[in-house]
Amino acid sequence: MTTVATRRELPVRAPRPSLLERLTAGGSWTVFALLLLVFVLIFVMNPSFAEPSSLMAFVKKAAPLVILAIGQYFVIVSGEFDLSVGSLVGAQVVIAAKVMDGQDELTWPVTALMIGFGLLVGLVNGLVTTLLKVPSFITTLGMMLVLYGAIRLWTGGAPTGALTEQFRQWGRGGIFGEPGQFQVPYALIVVVVLGVLAVLLMRRPFGRTLMATGDNDVAASYSGSPVWWVRTRAFLLSGFMATIAGILIGGYAGVTAQVGEGLEFMAITAVVLGGVVLGGGRGTVVAAMAGALTLEALFTLFNQLGLPSTIRPVVQGVIIIAAVAYAAMPRKARRRRPAVPPPSAAGDAAEPKEPAPTHA
Amino acid sequence: MSTAVATATPTARPTSRRRRRIGSTEIVYLALVGILVVAGVLVAMGGGNLFSTANTAYMLTQTSLLGFVAIGQTFVILCRSLDLSVGYVVALCSIVGATTMAGDPSRVWLGVVAALAAAAGIGLVNGLVVTKLRVNAFIATLGVGLIVKGYLDTQFKGPAGDVPSSFQMFGYTRVGPVPISTIVMLVVAAVGIVLLTRTRQGYHMFAVGGNVDVARLSGIRADRTVIIAHVLCSTCAGIAGLLIAARFGTGNALVYSYGLDLDSIAAVVLGGTLLLGGRGSVAGTVGGVLILAVLDTVFNVLDVDPFFKDVLRGVVIIAAVALYARRQIDPASSRARFRSNRRRDPVRSGARPDPTTTDGGASA
Repeated sequence: MTTVATRRELPVRAPRPSLLERLTAGGSWTVFALLLLVFVLIFVMNPSFAEPSSLMAFVKKAAPLVILAIGQYFVIVSGEFDLSVGSLVGAQVVIAAKVMDGQDELTWPVTALMIGFGLLVGLVNGLVTTLLKVPSFITTLGMMLVLYGAIRLWTGGAPTGALTEQFRQWGRGGIFGEPGQFQVPYALIVVVVLGVLAVLLMRRPFGRTLMATGDNDVAASYSGSPVWWVRTRAFLLSGFMATIAGILIGGYAGVTAQVGEGLEFMAITAVVLGGVVLGGGRGTVVAAMAGALTLEALFTLFNQLGLPSTIRPVVQGVIIIAAVAYAAMPRKARRRRPAVPPPSAAGDAAEPKEPAPTHA
Repeated sequence: MSTAVATATPTARPTSRRRRRIGSTEIVYLALVGILVVAGVLVAMGGGNLFSTANTAYMLTQTSLLGFVAIGQTFVILCRSLDLSVGYVVALCSIVGATTMAGDPSRVWLGVVAALAAAAGIGLVNGLVVTKLRVNAFIATLGVGLIVKGYLDTQFKGPAGDVPSSFQMFGYTRVGPVPISTIVMLVVAAVGIVLLTRTRQGYHMFAVGGNVDVARLSGIRADRTVIIAHVLCSTCAGIAGLLIAARFGTGNALVYSYGLDLDSIAAVVLGGTLLLGGRGSVAGTVGGVLILAVLDTVFNVLDVDPFFKDVLRGVVIIAAVALYARRQIDPASSRARFRSNRRRDPVRSGARPDPTTTDGGASA
């Protein structure tokens, strides 16, 4: 159970030697090192970013991606992909605006409808993938096309209607304080609650089974776990998380035709940046969330640096390749010297993470 | 070109197993014929003719652009890798080709060579990042694609370069209803088929895709094979870029928004190639591309709402792959190669008795 070692509480306090070593050791820890580095750079560039209100603004902006990363994590760790989340987020926001159409009394019914729709999409993705044996890449790619087309067909190309204030407060507002001054955003509370629930869920039998299924589904099914239902539940969770992300994005950014575009690749990138292995079976949900935070922090850093927006993809591409390559490399080196017993690095020895044996 | 032949080892008994069962490639073409018949009837009921010269030419033109990209993608997917950067490579090569030609007929070949060299270079980078830096192909090619996108967005705001009319022939000339570009695509496909079924390199690709560890232990240079597959893939995307340049008359950076990357993967999987690698054929891929092109043409002829088109395409892709997938897990059609002497330690996914896993083709 390599996961036990890595899913410890994450001390982001003063770097003790062992922590430093862990941060540079590759694997899931790379993302925390990178996150720390990016934040230090942002603080150096712009000390006012450390003020609570700026930080809270950052949290509001980053929350949807973090939540999407949680959902994507469940799917990826079970050995699948979900490419439909971007379209789903877009669809949810458009549905909300069109059905709600600015009427306050419809806020809660519509929210319930959205959650139901998200679960339905997840269920279809999961059942088609598990029972019809369609590769999830294709299932969710098809779902992406279907959602993209269906929503535009329904609205006639451009989103119509309006979101209510009550609905938008989830993405924009906060509690404990006056609007305009420091507030704890709802988005932060939602992220923390969902994150804690996700961590707890991964420690429950369901999480263990999910991990085992992603690692080796044949072995998992021989051990008596209903692989199809485990994976379908992962897709359900992804659909649910995409819905929550949609609610937050709708509140934060409002309704546009482009909502959600490209989010699926961002979410997958975030999860992989967190050291979660595509193909399943390895990685922690906290690291996946940290991956999403890192990605958003990078965008903030690009803003601070005043990079022209066209050059950003270049930097983003270089960083994700470098981070993943770095996470992959030292593990190989460490495996080379198993004969030398380094008793000092006990923390490291405790997690002999086996590099995935096959890689293309 | 059945897959049974394609996946057999070079020394295997050549004849007896060859025509025993219809392989997935045959199914693809049967499905294509079925779709053509249904589509023809549908269009005829609306008073049109699906097989008129204009419609056929449109259909084949659609085929050639996606065909180049998908043929290249087949090599990569066979090796259990993936290339998400093809859309950006197409855009880049259309620009490189058009700006190098710069309207001068004598520089046509220079432009072609420059574009293909740029494409091959990107393929080389993809391959090196995937194999040497051990970055997952999904992330590696996504990252390289982003880098190319950034370059294109920074350098080229709009159309660039000028393609001389002698090269625009590549985009417009037709022999009867068949565009030249389709003929070139079929030639590339034929070369691909020969490469995969008749050469050592092709067998290596199947071996590496089937099980990289077994391939390596058998003395195959797995890394080099994957790199070559990536170079071939990008080069094919480069040809598609040249086709775009020839058709538009200029290079255009916005081509990357066409969604060629995901479409090509869909076409490859429609064509019966396993996303997990190790099984598949270029002939099947061409069939998959033709299916998508026929659908596109029918939707156009029937004047289907463009958004509804997306819905239908998504449903058809899922449904078609569901039909094959059922077949691929049929024990009778699974590979017999590893049945008797499978490796005892569970190499993840590679040597399983039935390829039921459905992760997106790229692992660790």
